[in-house]
Amino acid sequence: MAILVIADHDNSSLSDATGKVVTAAAKLGGDIDVLIAGKGANGVADEAAKISGVRKVLLADDGALEKQLAEPMAALIADLAKDYDAVLAPASTSGKNFMPRVAALLDVMQISEIVAIESNDTFVRPIYAGNAIATVKSADAKKIITVRPTAFNAAELGGAANVETITPPALPNISEFVAEELTVSSRPELQSAKIVISGGRALGSSENFEKYIYPVADKLGAAIGASRAAVDAGYVPNDFQVGQTGKVVAPELYIAIGISGAIQHLAGMKDSKVIVAINKDEDAPIFSVADYGLVADLFTALPELENAL
Amino acid sequence: MKALVPVKRVVDFNVKVRVKADQTGVDLANVKMSMNPFDEIAVEEAVRLKEAGTVSEIIAVSIGPEKAQDQIRQALAMGADRGILVKTEMDAESLAVAKILKAIAEEEKPDLVILGKQAIDDDRNQTGQMLAALLGWPQGTFASEVKKDGDKLLVTREIDGGLQTVSLSLPAIVTTDLRLNEPRYASLPNIMKAKKKPLDVKTAEDYGVDLTPRLEVLKVSEPPKRSAGIKVASVEELVEKLKNEAGVL
Repeated sequence: MAILVIADHDNSSLSDATGKVVTAAAKLGGDIDVLIAGKGANGVADEAAKISGVRKVLLADDGALEKQLAEPMAALIADLAKDYDAVLAPASTSGKNFMPRVAALLDVMQISEIVAIESNDTFVRPIYAGNAIATVKSADAKKIITVRPTAFNAAELGGAANVETITPPALPNISEFVAEELTVSSRPELQSAKIVISGGRALGSSENFEKYIYPVADKLGAAIGASRAAVDAGYVPNDFQVGQTGKVVAPELYIAIGISGAIQHLAGMKDSKVIVAINKDEDAPIFSVADYGLVADLFTALPELENAL
Repeated sequence: MKALVPVKRVVDFNVKVRVKADQTGVDLANVKMSMNPFDEIAVEEAVRLKEAGTVSEIIAVSIGPEKAQDQIRQALAMGADRGILVKTEMDAESLAVAKILKAIAEEEKPDLVILGKQAIDDDRNQTGQMLAALLGWPQGTFASEVKKDGDKLLVTREIDGGLQTVSLSLPAIVTTDLRLNEPRYASLPNIMKAKKKPLDVKTAEDYGVDLTPRLEVLKVSEPPKRSAGIKVASVEELVEKLKNEAGVL
């Protein structure tokens, strides 16, 4: 089986998710190539070449691929897919954007956000916000798959694959990048952090996030997340949202502060190794999944926690 | 501009679904069904574009059982002008749905198709992107803002790192994220009026689309249960447990 993994990167560094998707690809068994599509991404290609188990790295360097817009990405990947039996990408917002487009171009039904692989045509994926788990068998000759990165460990580094520069086919010019507003933070990235501390609506304001959550996060070296309610209320940016429609995280330690625990939120964090909940409502559903629950007012508990660390 | 808005009938988002004992699926008997919440946001956006004078006509489409008429009527009550129901007894997969929508788009020639980014039942997040591919149109997925800018559409997208704005040639596909808008409740007079709006009923065969599934569901099971742990009495005890018992600090 020949497998193509689409790397997730920003032209300067490779995201952790890529190594995790390589692990998933290795479970299918076969030769694994990694595609780096971008602009000036030679360094990223060199990084990908070090992932163990990679046969070769394909580098498509083109101005039209710089922001990995769906239209050119899908045209490139659908063209490359001729030579592969399976194409896998992380279920990041980028992979979710271009992969279904690739699937439709190839007349394939994508298998979205898999969390396990049973065989080379049978996959496991959550449905209904993780309230049910479906095992599905694909009848398509080619498999187009997005992978939930938190469900797989990163492949080891220690490989020395060759980097091969490829020339993309004619790329469509129907969309254009205008601007981006990226959250700048010195804290770890939410989906790869070992510790995540998330706040809910009970925080009451963005000032309170800064005053109560941020100092604890800094003591712990933690990433910061939030419930949908906190994001909708404007306390933190959208990319902080943990949940069914936000980010799915599975850190070693997840600390939920003032989060009641709607099923949509639980869907995004219940695979964390250890869950701590601090909430003043002792009946909050979050306590039903927490390993350690503390019924307390967050405005007194968080400063205590900061001092105790 | 003409806008096409596909809407899906799904289990209401407040329902806690149960897996059937024989593991063939989830139990949908006597469960409340509603319009997929992301599709409600799509209808709302189309209606707002119409109120702003950008869109002139809104067509709501649903592909599903006879009862999906309820969801089309809801879209009509929110402000869509007419509806098309494509009746299917089986649960059509995203690719087949995209093919039916492509055929409708070729007939109706909309300038814009707005869809929910994902349905909350199968969580597949792909119909909009697939439709864009089949039509060869650009796509603005996970939209938190949509603006017409001359002959282009500016779409601000929610991405992992923050927000990204793209400019799309028209016709285009937009899929909605949570913060695009807050859908309105239909008023009683509008619900009454919606009953008189035209609704065509078609079948998948009318569009020549083969609904044979590509994915066979072998089983549907309960997720691994996570049980509640212990309650600690103080922050001090919490930190002690995390250090010495859980070993995560």
